[in-house]
Amino acid sequence: MVRDDGMTTPPSGPSGTGTPGGAGDTHVRDGPLNEMSSGGRRKADDLFRWASTGAGITVVASIGAIGLFLAVQAWPSLMANSANFFLSTEFETSDVEDLRFGVRDLLVVTVLSSAFALAIAMPLALGIALFLTQYAPRNLQRLFGYLIDTLAAVPSIVYGLWGLFVLGPVLVPVALWLNDTLGWIPLFAEGNVSITGGGTIFTAGIVLAVMILPIITSVTREVFRQTPVTHIEGALALGATKWEMIRMTVLPFGRSGYIGASMLGLGRALGETVAVLVVLRIATEPATFSLFDGGYTFASLIASAANEFVHPLPTGAYIAAGLVLFVLTFIVNAIARTIAGGKVQRG
Amino acid sequence: MTTTETFVDRPDGAPTFQHLSAGRRARDTLATVLVTAAFLVALVPLVWLLYTVISRGYEAVLSSRWFTHSLSGVMPDQFAGGIYHALYGSIVQGVLCAVIAVPLGVFTAIYLAEYGQGWLARTVTFMVDILSGVPSIVAALFVFALWISVFGLPKSAFAVSLALVLLMLPIVIRSTEEMLRLVPDQLREASYALGVPKWKTIVKIVLPTAFSGMVTGMMLAMARVLGETAPVLVLVGYSRSINYNVVEGNMASLPLTVMNELLNPEPAGVARMWGAALTLVLLVMLFNLMAAVISRLSAVKTE
Repeated sequence: MVRDDGMTTPPSGPSGTGTPGGAGDTHVRDGPLNEMSSGGRRKADDLFRWASTGAGITVVASIGAIGLFLAVQAWPSLMANSANFFLSTEFETSDVEDLRFGVRDLLVVTVLSSAFALAIAMPLALGIALFLTQYAPRNLQRLFGYLIDTLAAVPSIVYGLWGLFVLGPVLVPVALWLNDTLGWIPLFAEGNVSITGGGTIFTAGIVLAVMILPIITSVTREVFRQTPVTHIEGALALGATKWEMIRMTVLPFGRSGYIGASMLGLGRALGETVAVLVVLRIATEPATFSLFDGGYTFASLIASAANEFVHPLPTGAYIAAGLVLFVLTFIVNAIARTIAGGKVQRG
Repeated sequence: MTTTETFVDRPDGAPTFQHLSAGRRARDTLATVLVTAAFLVALVPLVWLLYTVISRGYEAVLSSRWFTHSLSGVMPDQFAGGIYHALYGSIVQGVLCAVIAVPLGVFTAIYLAEYGQGWLARTVTFMVDILSGVPSIVAALFVFALWISVFGLPKSAFAVSLALVLLMLPIVIRSTEEMLRLVPDQLREASYALGVPKWKTIVKIVLPTAFSGMVTGMMLAMARVLGETAPVLVLVGYSRSINYNVVEGNMASLPLTVMNELLNPEPAGVARMWGAALTLVLLVMLFNLMAAVISRLSAVKTE
């Protein structure tokens, strides 16, 4: 593909822009190749190589610096913490002398909302990716793709407003019905905030699902598109229906890419800040593992307290929460890349 | 002759492909219906979201002073002023971020596509992937820990830009690297054959060939960064008037204006909130549209 299209480029682009400058500098007639103005040229080449290598190292160093600085800033607060950091449901930092904070509730709310979002988004994204690559008319594929990508372009704060003012109220009857009929399952039991308020994990999870849908879809779409044509044609030639062809060729070929893409979406959902901050109600009771809980995720708690970052010790408590979130997303993303291997190109 | 023709034309025995059984046909139809439904379901929130923002925000955006005035001196319940200050802040923070992230990102991409080999290149690729998954709030906290806690510098628009750099970098690197890899090797080889050194080949041949594709990636990166709310919440205060100083003082931006008017229960506040949200969506869509147009126009050159 690349080579075929590439063949058309030389006349238009580089020969116009590149060659004149290059040809003027080469002085081919001045002497044999290995004697050419070696010193200055070698220096310029080395400089360029080091500049680009340095940029690459900067990126690696910045990831290391994020982990290091967060850990260094969180350490004193963790030492001063009188509650169990992983098991306590409190997050009390107003008294500098007596810090009591734990991430248990943050972890529950973060994981529950992201997992719920993933449960909704995964099958939908699979369907959309199949539709865009196998079912949609060829001339409309690009347009339909743009439409789905537009979902990714909407800023998260706008998702938050929509979830709070529009989607939340609409979902209340649905949530009440679920609670009524399936309330005996802990997941749908009464939570620690009122269901009629709308600000539950249920609402936040659906908003998150819409937000991660385009991410999962775009990566999955790319992988499905790489299915070898010979496999597809082979299946069809054996008399398979379209669905059987997809089950025999596209899905097995794209499975790892699809799972990797879903993990990328999960990583995005875990770290989503503002949409969750706007949608979720504050809860005074500990989380109960119900979809109708409220409370804070790691990200939304940090954002909500951002104006109070004055004294280093309470700030360190929030930075400690941020560090946990960083480690969590690091692991999820690393797994995503490992599963998907070289197939996932874009994040 | 005629006999052989009819012999070839006539199927030998019963047809190999039988009718589709009802079950297989039903399953095939069901799959088609489900897959199409999934796509249509995804369009619902898109249309709903855009309708909500436009229908609730257009009045404020169309008011005469929206793009020309700030909220300086405007009371919370007063229908007056505009979001000039926030638009200015958003664009300044975005541009400042691009000024740092684009050169760094392009050089990293050049490293990966032209020089990178062995463990270092693999590490850089892996870290770029990780960086693209770092939540914006973590990037903001990191800059807070470094810039404000360790260096003791004040909250400012520049701190926001630094956090945005971390979010913009992976997008710039990914898209640039992809474009550089699409440049045919024949071009590089032709250049080397003329005795042009490697760095000049990259600057004069490879980069111009990939240029429009790279610009597309930068536009998309800019669109992503402009919509980020978490860094502005953590790293800069809100100001109702315009502030030209990027290293000190409060500076508004569109997301921060939305967050602030969210706390204002007055009808004027609600109108401003949706107005600012619509402006933000328009700004982000503008950058996305530019990216789409550039990539369309340049399709021949890069792909």
